[in-house]
Amino acid sequence: MIADMSLTSGFLDATVRWATPLAFAALGECVSERAGVINIGLEGAIICGALGATVAAGIAGVGAGFVAGALAGVFIAAIFALFAVWMRADQIITGTAITMLSLGLTGTIYATYYGANGVALSTPTIHPLPIPGLSAIPIVGGALFAQPAITYLLYVLVPVVAWWMARTHAGLALRAVGEHPEAAIAAGIKPRRVQAAAVLFAGATAGLAGATLVLAQAGTFVEGMSAGRGFIAIAIVVLGRWRPWGVAGAALLFGAANALQSLFQAMGWEHIPYQLFLVVPYVLTLVVLAGASGRAAAPAALSRRDIGAS
Amino acid sequence: MTVAEVHAPLLSLDSVVHRFGSSLALDNASLTVQPGTVHALLGENGAGKTTLMRVAFGMLAPTRGTIRLRGAPVVVSSPAAALAMGIGMVHQHFTLVSAMSVAENVALGRHGLFHPAAAAARVQEISAQAGLALDPHAFVHTLSVGAQQRCEIVKALARDVQLLILDEPTAVLAPSEAAELLQWIRRFADAGHAVVLITHKLRDALAVADEVTVLRRGRTVLTKRAADTTHAELASAMFGDDARPAEVEHIAGTDADRDEQASAQTPATRSGTVVLAAIGASVTDARGVTVVRDASLHVNAGEIVGVAAIEGAGQHQMMRVLAGRLAPTAGRVTLPADVGFVPEDRHRDALLLDGTLDENIALRGAGARRGRLSWGSLRAATADIVTRFDVRTSGVSATARALSGGNQQKLVLGRELADRPDALVVENPTRGLDFRAIASVHAALRAARDAGTAVLMYGSDIDEVLALADRVYVMHNGAVLESTHDRDVVGRAMLGGSTI
Amino acid sequence: MTSDGASVRTQAEVSSGRRSLATMLLAVARVAILAGLTITLLIVLLLVTGHDAGAALSALARGAFGSWYAITSATLVRMVPLGLAGLAVVVAFRAGILNIGAEGQLLMGASAAGAVFAVLGATNAVLALPLMLLCGMLAGGAWAAIAAFLRQRFGVLEVISTIMLNFVALSLMGWLVRGPLQEPTHIAPQSTSLPVSLHLPTLLPNSQLHVGALVLVMLAIALWWWFRSTASGFRVRAVGANAAAAASAGQINVARTTATAFVLSGALAGLAGSVEYTGVTYALYDSFSPGYGYTAIAVALLAGLHPLGVLATALLFGALEAGASAMQRDAGVPSVVVSVVEASLILAVVAAQQWQSRAVTRAEASA
Repeated sequence: MIADMSLTSGFLDATVRWATPLAFAALGECVSERAGVINIGLEGAIICGALGATVAAGIAGVGAGFVAGALAGVFIAAIFALFAVWMRADQIITGTAITMLSLGLTGTIYATYYGANGVALSTPTIHPLPIPGLSAIPIVGGALFAQPAITYLLYVLVPVVAWWMARTHAGLALRAVGEHPEAAIAAGIKPRRVQAAAVLFAGATAGLAGATLVLAQAGTFVEGMSAGRGFIAIAIVVLGRWRPWGVAGAALLFGAANALQSLFQAMGWEHIPYQLFLVVPYVLTLVVLAGASGRAAAPAALSRRDIGAS
Repeated sequence: MTVAEVHAPLLSLDSVVHRFGSSLALDNASLTVQPGTVHALLGENGAGKTTLMRVAFGMLAPTRGTIRLRGAPVVVSSPAAALAMGIGMVHQHFTLVSAMSVAENVALGRHGLFHPAAAAARVQEISAQAGLALDPHAFVHTLSVGAQQRCEIVKALARDVQLLILDEPTAVLAPSEAAELLQWIRRFADAGHAVVLITHKLRDALAVADEVTVLRRGRTVLTKRAADTTHAELASAMFGDDARPAEVEHIAGTDADRDEQASAQTPATRSGTVVLAAIGASVTDARGVTVVRDASLHVNAGEIVGVAAIEGAGQHQMMRVLAGRLAPTAGRVTLPADVGFVPEDRHRDALLLDGTLDENIALRGAGARRGRLSWGSLRAATADIVTRFDVRTSGVSATARALSGGNQQKLVLGRELADRPDALVVENPTRGLDFRAIASVHAALRAARDAGTAVLMYGSDIDEVLALADRVYVMHNGAVLESTHDRDVVGRAMLGGSTI
Repeated sequence: MTSDGASVRTQAEVSSGRRSLATMLLAVARVAILAGLTITLLIVLLLVTGHDAGAALSALARGAFGSWYAITSATLVRMVPLGLAGLAVVVAFRAGILNIGAEGQLLMGASAAGAVFAVLGATNAVLALPLMLLCGMLAGGAWAAIAAFLRQRFGVLEVISTIMLNFVALSLMGWLVRGPLQEPTHIAPQSTSLPVSLHLPTLLPNSQLHVGALVLVMLAIALWWWFRSTASGFRVRAVGANAAAAASAGQINVARTTATAFVLSGALAGLAGSVEYTGVTYALYDSFSPGYGYTAIAVALLAGLHPLGVLATALLFGALEAGASAMQRDAGVPSVVVSVVEASLILAVVAAQQWQSRAVTRAEASA
């Protein structure tokens, strides 16, 4: 019985741990897509965030690592915005190039400056910070409230973004740009500015996702450690139906699918192919996309390029 | 308040020049709007009316010229700046977010926090004050065209605009709705505001305007008090002296005797065989809404049959059914093997803009073609169409995008008529063209009719339909009724009046 | 968004079905400019990262073209999967389909070929090899058909669905090489190696260049002819350029044309996978494809979506990747540096296209 309890809480804890970087990246992508920009270069922002965090944390500590991670994400997102927003180049192609660029750049820099002599870089990490009281809640308490501090930032960010989208004129402007840019222009809104801001925000959160991978989890940089999380974030946004709370829930689901792997190992069920469970959230995303409600939720002007001046 | 301010016009545009590349869209255009007046801005398509007003609204930067607001020179750098100065504009194509509510649309472009309840209350207040019925909670995609227009106006009013620019506001409305709008415009101006009414309709202009300015080829050619001018003077200012009176008449919507005109243009025989017919046809769209219900209509060989309707009456689906481009959900349709089709939106539905002219000609019949393409003969056919329909181009390898709107339309019409089809279906065939191009499109349609083709034409402009058609049907809310050739009867029927 | 793939193309490319000599020369110039740009970018990167650019570049050149072995067994061998997957992307993008799923379709193609071998065992190559390639194509096509169906029936953006399917394919392959297709000792996560009798025949003596290269060249020519000279190829181009006009003015069955092109694209990617399996790797494992399906997007775009252009850009990328390995080995330069070069090339081409289309818009406005 006790063993079962610890397995359950271990599974839930792993779920939240997996979900944290995914939710950061997906929350940014959600904002960006609501402004009509689909950014598949997010993968690049995550890996840049991871390297930026590694370098800065080694020099100036964990806090500086998170800041540098976010800034590295913003930097690579700025290149994306330059092409996809300012020049109105195809978002998918630009995003593909940005991801290749980032994977190549981080790999080259890491191998050149750190990896050449075979010394793997290890960085300081942050430890779980249980919140007194809340973390004692049975079953879910430990999983939700005995996490590294960066996870708590997410707990704040999700409601703030949801509130901002619904209850501020800036949020209204963001949605208008993603639905009908001409209407936004006529109302005096500048779509390029709104989209660029949304893309940079997504860059920052994706950078934080990368920083989380290094500073709260792995404790080191590994080439290609983003491992497709930028693409998963896009699936999460769809599954969350382009809403911040939905995105948070979908991130937990993807986190759970990944956490099953360690649960199976702990249970000794190694003969069950965990790869098949990894597939479940993707298939679910496709089902949601195919459903009428999923389609209706998508911003009408997503990935449109023929937007007029300003 | 100084004396100068009292007498200064609300807005004046002095010698505005706007250049797109090497062509002049505006060539010393001027306009002066006094407070408390309705100012009609007249001109045919392409004369620069909308361009001039986009300059005033900050959407386009003038190459040269001054804009003065209450006598003081200003730079209107963006729509946001224009709105801040009290200038609002309702565009011909509405700029509403259909996935948002009326209140959200009205609130768009402001700053700070958004309170849904307060925003709805504000819409309620403005619409009640202005006498424009509107439900603030309704989503825009559920609104009728008339209600969407009211929403656009309320949007501008919410910004406390002193000057409201309306671009062809009556084009999408049925005659009685248009009359209501014009009355509203009058009241709005009488309350001390100013209105610029962009139109190409002399009828609308003279019904409501205090002053009239006419643009031709980007230049202001006439400014007068409405009371001091006549139809004839305005028409010759709009079209120049080389325009043929008959064309000018219906384009500008003057009060010529249309029945007489129509019968004068129509061959005596009207008893050709039925070529196109729908019997009890219905169409249900992807959302499950029945957009055409139990519609019957026929077109004989050698006649032009017109369809009049307000936007959203199901006319586009009906035209596609009779062009063989859409299968009806119920009912019977008689179609010849070959039906030419000239859709309203040529950029979306008729052309490969980045394709060459011969690729665009190859498009016709591409669905049924098998095996190899013979580019040699396609090029020859293209050259033939270019010659016969007077398409001005640098050659058959030019892209369709490089053609002017009128030449694109002539290319499409030429393609659809080249093989002398038994039937031709056209939608708003002259939208966006200047009067010379309009005249040549009309001539081509009449020539096809005289050669025995059954021509079915939908036009949103009731006057153009009446001028071209031998017989008229009216569509309202998915239903089709045959009408007499009378402007008032057709106008009532477009709104669903059962006076036929 | 359904016809937005059309926007990938520029004006010159839509009409490129029939190129004059002048445009052919332009295409050659374009490849030369790309190659020049590649080398310049590489030098800059090497200098910035503090490497000996001279040594690195000569290692790169040796690795790509330095010997008979380098040319035939490194560069040309790497060109084959890039080229085949590149053709897959060309077919899709030309039809206005943003198929980002070449990677997954390629993996499914390889897996299917592996499954055929698992079922048949070491049997007659004349029977088994064509069957493996055919099943690879079918599997790739079927994988694309899922996305095609979702697009057609439910309007699902293929960009998103193909990305999802790439992950599913990757997991599926991971499961196959640990489960049904795992080698008999059950130690390594990989499939049983193909016996020599089931390797694709080589083309040239003393090289690993297999007949896949010949297939690539023939397919590129065939696709070029198909787009240019046949009614069905024209339909695909018309749908990609403007689906609404293709339906309305051309009375083309857009749904069928799109689905056909999507499945054909998947089949070509599946062929890339099964050719790589039977011609190069001889086994399946987790990192079977080093992202060929994604690099193929760059290959296709840099080729201006022209089938023959794909031969040139696939060669360029094949040489880069072959040279990169030598550069890492001999000059200590990390091979991932070529990703930076490839990405920069895409961005350069994208920027040039945007600049060009702005110039066209300006010219139109003044017309």
